[in-house]
Amino acid sequence: MADPVATTGVLTAGDPAHAEGLSFHPMDQFMVKPLFGDYGDPVYWYTITNVTLWMALAVLCVVGLFVLGTSRRAIIPNRVQSVAELAYGFVYKMIEDVTGRDAVKFFPYVFTLFLFILFANFLALIPSSFSPTSHIAVTGLLALAVFLTVTIVGFVKNGASFLGLFWVTSAPLAIRPVLAVIELISYFVRPVSHSIRLAGNLTAGHAVLKVFAGFAQVAAISPLAVLGVTAIYGLEVLVAFIQAYVFTILTCVYLKDALHPNH
Amino acid sequence: MEGNIAEIGQFLGAGLAAMGSGIAALGVGNVAGNFLAGALRNPSAAGGQTATLFIGIAFAEALGIFSFLVALLLMFAV
Repeated sequence: MADPVATTGVLTAGDPAHAEGLSFHPMDQFMVKPLFGDYGDPVYWYTITNVTLWMALAVLCVVGLFVLGTSRRAIIPNRVQSVAELAYGFVYKMIEDVTGRDAVKFFPYVFTLFLFILFANFLALIPSSFSPTSHIAVTGLLALAVFLTVTIVGFVKNGASFLGLFWVTSAPLAIRPVLAVIELISYFVRPVSHSIRLAGNLTAGHAVLKVFAGFAQVAAISPLAVLGVTAIYGLEVLVAFIQAYVFTILTCVYLKDALHPNH
Repeated sequence: MEGNIAEIGQFLGAGLAAMGSGIAALGVGNVAGNFLAGALRNPSAAGGQTATLFIGIAFAEALGIFSFLVALLLMFAV
């Protein structure tokens, strides 16, 4: 194997084994590997991979935050309790404002989604960690769960009148069938866009971080590249929060459609 | 560097698809800019509309992410 030519700064796509530009490939960080065993071992549904590890760590962080935060229940909260109360109040207000007071019974589900995505996103920002939410397999399952919940709740709550969601009574009668087709398509595209938005944002952000890190190998521009990594890292912290927020608030919007389909 | 015509098409297509992400940035900027313009005229109403702002940004951004996804598919999956 020839030494990777690390001085050109040219990105080459494809097989990382014959990298001509950077010594590592920006998409290598998203590879799913078995945690025990060598790279390239087959991955079955029960294999413990790095995705499993980082999702479990996210769950552990959420549990830790809330077990520690609610164990004292002091009048004057300590730091952990303040963070837990802040998160609780933030999501509670969100679902109350967007979906309405009668949707508060879905609060545990929405809160769980928010915290899991938030902590998975934040843990992924630790250098050399792994971001499970950059995989459509993970986010797709979350979005599909939301889609099924919304559809089932809509039909259970409203019966057949849930289909009124697709029959826009405020439009002239002539164009209602056309609108119904469009509404139907947009309803079924929801889980796709819901999942790809999260995964795509995370993938793009982490790939950009790695590309800038690769530029740091080129001596002439390395101070600039380090500055760039720092700036983009700050942006990624913001994106990690905003994407968790957006996923949650869209869940609230979809739940509103299920609970009140006629407005 | 040798390349065949399919590879050229793949890279060109990925580059063209990546343009979509940039164009989606115009849409996101439009949403945020109009929100700011409205918020400066009526600052008291702005606080309650941040959720709407983020929903609008998310919808505008999703299509840009789709084109980014097409670029990724062309580079790594085709």
